[in-house]
Amino acid sequence: MPDRRRPLPKLDIRSLPGPATIERRVLANGLVILARENFSSPSVIVSGSLTAGALDETKAQGGLADLTASALMRGSTSRTFEQIYETIESLGASLSFGAGTHSTSFRGKSLAEDLPMVLGLASEVLRAPAFPKKQVERLRAEKLTGLTIRDQDTGSVAQLTFDELLYGDHPYSLPSDGFRETVSRLTDGSVRGFHRRAYGPRGTLLAVVGAVRARQALDAVEAALGDWRNPEQQMQSEMPSVAGLAGIVRRDRALPGKSQSDLVIGGIGPSRYDPDYLTAALANSILGRFGLMGRLGDVVRESAGLAYSVASSLSGGPGPGPWQVVAGVSPANVDRALDLIRKEIRRFVQRGVTPQELNDNQANFIGRLPLQMESNEGVAGALISMERFQLGLDFYQRYPDLVASITREHILATSRRFLEPDVMAIAVAGPGAAEG
Amino acid sequence: MSLGVLRTRLRNGLEVRLKEIHTAPLISAWVWYRVGSRNERPGTTGISHLVEHMQFKGTPHFPAGVLDKAISRDGGYWNAMTWLDWTAYFETMPAGSIDLALRLEADRMVHSLFETDEFESERTVVIAERQGNENEPTFRLAEEVQATAFRVHPYHHEVIGHMADLETMTRDDLYRHYRAHYVPGNAVLAVAGDFQTRAMLATIRELFGHLPTSGRVREPVTPAEPEQRGEKRVVVEGPGETPYLDIAYHVPAARSDDFFPLSVLDSALAGASSLNLFGGGISNKTSRLYKALVEREVAASVGGGLAATIDPYLYSIQATVRPDRTPEQALQAFDDEVARLLDHPVSAGEVAKAIKQARALFAYGSESITNQAFWLGYSEIFADYAWFETYLERIAQVTPGDVHAAAQKYLVPANRIVGIYRPTGEQPHA
Repeated sequence: MPDRRRPLPKLDIRSLPGPATIERRVLANGLVILARENFSSPSVIVSGSLTAGALDETKAQGGLADLTASALMRGSTSRTFEQIYETIESLGASLSFGAGTHSTSFRGKSLAEDLPMVLGLASEVLRAPAFPKKQVERLRAEKLTGLTIRDQDTGSVAQLTFDELLYGDHPYSLPSDGFRETVSRLTDGSVRGFHRRAYGPRGTLLAVVGAVRARQALDAVEAALGDWRNPEQQMQSEMPSVAGLAGIVRRDRALPGKSQSDLVIGGIGPSRYDPDYLTAALANSILGRFGLMGRLGDVVRESAGLAYSVASSLSGGPGPGPWQVVAGVSPANVDRALDLIRKEIRRFVQRGVTPQELNDNQANFIGRLPLQMESNEGVAGALISMERFQLGLDFYQRYPDLVASITREHILATSRRFLEPDVMAIAVAGPGAAEG
Repeated sequence: MSLGVLRTRLRNGLEVRLKEIHTAPLISAWVWYRVGSRNERPGTTGISHLVEHMQFKGTPHFPAGVLDKAISRDGGYWNAMTWLDWTAYFETMPAGSIDLALRLEADRMVHSLFETDEFESERTVVIAERQGNENEPTFRLAEEVQATAFRVHPYHHEVIGHMADLETMTRDDLYRHYRAHYVPGNAVLAVAGDFQTRAMLATIRELFGHLPTSGRVREPVTPAEPEQRGEKRVVVEGPGETPYLDIAYHVPAARSDDFFPLSVLDSALAGASSLNLFGGGISNKTSRLYKALVEREVAASVGGGLAATIDPYLYSIQATVRPDRTPEQALQAFDDEVARLLDHPVSAGEVAKAIKQARALFAYGSESITNQAFWLGYSEIFADYAWFETYLERIAQVTPGDVHAAAQKYLVPANRIVGIYRPTGEQPHA
């Protein structure tokens, strides 16, 4: 192979979000606001996160944080469900809430002229939701339909099974949307209780990005949420540590009548706080993302023609999420695909990456920043993640140097730390598989 | 209008559209070929999509696997899509790297190899893609509804093609299709972003200007779909516990004046749909069908959408029926709501809301340079860029009377296909 290593891209770091262009304010109630201007289009986005998630519910209440988040917009103490949506939809705006394992996030989008309305409504439903019984029951029935569909979806069933195998008794083994049995027992009372103890300004982050002066955006958020208090807001409980696996565990789930099998294979990856996180992300890119799904794409899709999609992912949140490979393959090819994936992972941790692969992927991580920061969503996501994971407001300006400093040795050591070819969970869901 | 948009045609027939946007150091380049499932005939359905896959398998100059790495290396984003009327390829790159994208698009317009072993491997990839689609009950249902809607016109089959054709097409079939349709005179090159028009046009002339014009075969005339005389119904049975309803009405092509009142009708009935590829949408909880189906607890969700096409296509509405209800109950609720719409025309307030929603969706779409370049080319396939530029004005001119006339003309049973997905699994909540 000719050496095509080239100098890494040079970015004008002043064009990236940084301390000079981000306004940040901490309110007396603990809420943190970030804002950045972008006048290239007349729209604005509000993006936020609260420390209320599935970790704050018991196993028997699975899906409670998710139901609560979805129920916020179903009525407030001053407006009905219909009035809330009439307000938002008649402006062509959107506002939605959703919960994951650690947090509840929200996202509002509107024309810049309608920002005060979106903030006012967000504040109203966050602080004074009514959770009307009838609305909560209807929503629960819609969620149950969604879970019924999920439980027939090969990709989702493979993922649920994988999480169970990999995380055992740890909360990460549980889906944040719960199970049919748990969700069917949730009531407006349980939702109200969850809201009272888990929602509050402490730990809440909010970013505003778009065609609004940053200082004005901060003032507007402060006006809407500055006097929010909840003395009953509880601290999120400490997460237990993850036990980990001792060897290969595999489970197959049968969904008769399906045409394709989905598989998930992998182990436990780093948290976003782990000092090796960025190195692991670069390794993951080489393994299963770069170009057409990295090395795994080369062997499973391009050479063997086995799958339409095969890709690896790292989900580094506040805790150690999975480092996993997913693929959709013909039922007859499941074992062959698994074999190829495991061989490639083994080769990866034995031999590491080439100088060319490292250079290409470093160039990609740096060069793609302008595209990631093109939309208001992209910038808002970056602001929230810098604040949430304490990366510093200059993170994206330091980022090109951070990426450039990663070596092949770092990648090899980090891959070996997290990827063990003989210690992995494997889950398969498809038509032919037998109940394992 | 066309403020700042350059429209020109090279001597070999390639249409070029350029739009400078200097908000971010990015350029998005799209090549649109006027070929999709609409141009396919029985026996080789899915061939356009398969050709699209083979366009990633290399030329002598850019061997397979080199292209994607080269684009990724520079921090670019690329993809390709095949649809009813077109096949499109795009790259969005840091402005300094767009040359690579243009060189590779010029190269694969003419020099793709279509090697036999690469084709055999890609055949299994596309079969796997189809099997993945078949895992979704909504795909199985939509495929039958589309086939029922079009007896004569090639919109009859799904873009991915029939499994039997995917299994039997040959490398030479694909190569012929490629040579016939991938010629400058059958393509639109649309580029938007951070460049100077004069310099960009010079680069394009240099890279694309010498490509040969010859090779394009004369297309057989696409047969018009005869008028449907009476409602059609189709039932699909399959795995799962959730029933679905898919109702499709024949509607005119995007160039028709009726397209605009139909867009407003869609907003009032099923919620505003975004025609953008990027930029997100808005919820539909104040739409008439949401109130009639979801609030009345017959369906868990409902949505609808129009598509901008060359020939008349479908306005379709899908509902996820609650497991404790039947598709027939959902259909009854739907029919009651349509009857109410025909009795009580949409209000001026509903029309004003649809106009504001269209304006907001356009603003969201304009955040992305990729989406702007998308419109620059896409609109040329089924109409022209003026269609896109005047879209908001034309929506703003729609009156409640126009919407009512469109509803009376199109939302009639004889003009529709009703599709029902009946799950064979148990229904635990029955």
